[in-house]
Amino acid sequence: MSELRARIIAEARELAEQVCLIADRPATLMEVCGTHAHQFARYGLAQMLPECVELLSGPGCPVCVTPAGEIDAALRLARVPGVTIATFGDMVRVPGSDSTLAEQRARGADVRVLFSPYEAVELAEELDRQVVLLGVGFETTAPGVAVALIEARRRGLGNFTVFCTHKRLMPALEALIAAPDVAIDGLLAPGHVSTVIGWGAYTDFVARHRVPCVVAGFEPHEMLRAILALVRQLAEGRAEVGNEYPPVTEEGNPKALAALEEVFEPCDSEWRGLGVIPDSGMALRAEYAGFDALARFGVTVEPGREDRRCHCGEVLRGAMRPPDCPAFGHACTPAHPLGPCMVSSEGACAASYKYGGAG
Amino acid sequence: MCVAIPSKIVAIEGDTATVEVTGSRSTARVDLIEGAQVGDYVLVHAGFAITKLDPDEARETLALMSEVGLI
Repeated sequence: MSELRARIIAEARELAEQVCLIADRPATLMEVCGTHAHQFARYGLAQMLPECVELLSGPGCPVCVTPAGEIDAALRLARVPGVTIATFGDMVRVPGSDSTLAEQRARGADVRVLFSPYEAVELAEELDRQVVLLGVGFETTAPGVAVALIEARRRGLGNFTVFCTHKRLMPALEALIAAPDVAIDGLLAPGHVSTVIGWGAYTDFVARHRVPCVVAGFEPHEMLRAILALVRQLAEGRAEVGNEYPPVTEEGNPKALAALEEVFEPCDSEWRGLGVIPDSGMALRAEYAGFDALARFGVTVEPGREDRRCHCGEVLRGAMRPPDCPAFGHACTPAHPLGPCMVSSEGACAASYKYGGAG
Repeated sequence: MCVAIPSKIVAIEGDTATVEVTGSRSTARVDLIEGAQVGDYVLVHAGFAITKLDPDEARETLALMSEVGLI
């Protein structure tokens, strides 16, 4: 083993020991980033923190929080003749009320998986078809979609639209903290969303709710540093904003925030498991209304039906651990998922199934 | 998924950079960061560089990821 790896493992062990030493009672922490759920399970951090920290998964997986009704609307868009759907890969297998984009593609719909939203603009230039970009994701992904829209407007593209289901983090945190069935001692804030919104975005939330909040990176020792900072605050009776992910600044990324401001305005939005949360979505501003896919193709979002056996809603607000779901590993597996938390690589159920142990 | 792999900018043309991770090259837009330059390490999310990284920390992260087989 190299010196670097040995040093990191030693640091992680020491951090975990310190966490357990300091925690005078089990701390219930919540992450709101699918990658954190994945890494926590992958590296067995739950086993390193026995009975001193429970890390709940919150609504941090963007595909997972997209309600079935919005998936259904995407499926209807895919069925419009002449439409090409441009999407991130995670969306393709997520079940709507009675189908998936993968099934629509098998039946002849044109569904393209893209790496970057900007590729959708180039696709629209190349194709003699209507390109509909599925804009899914938090403040990390939305600025790229905003840049794509700014560019499409500059080029005057008449065959490019976006179905915008972007979500904003802070209103969801407000809803979570108000949920009666979940008590959270501290929040592990998402590293990449925070590079955009800045750690300053949590200051008011933390002051009002007296819940400590620490931004975490993605490697095990980085997550443990943030967990230690949270546990230390709890032991000392403090509730502050902390940042344990060096790329994050207080003010965030001004260019990304400006792109979001240029294109989007807050709107009420439905989250799977959390219902409609005021101001938690992103709607196109009037100047960009012509790029609204729903309006162009006359598609509306109707209430969707979710499989009754699926408890993604409870999992997404931390009210149920994935292994406690009756369907987990039986009726619902990555090969035959009932809900998005088992489909997406960022989903808490997929992480728990793949790596076992940690819910 | 938030991929926290540091990417090194090896060329820039307009708002598009060629970035490299352990010899593999891809492109990333640099519209969303200030003053991107060849040699900078950046975090790329969905095809866009979203922040610059401290070069020493980026190199250490890459060394670690390489050792544990992540990259």
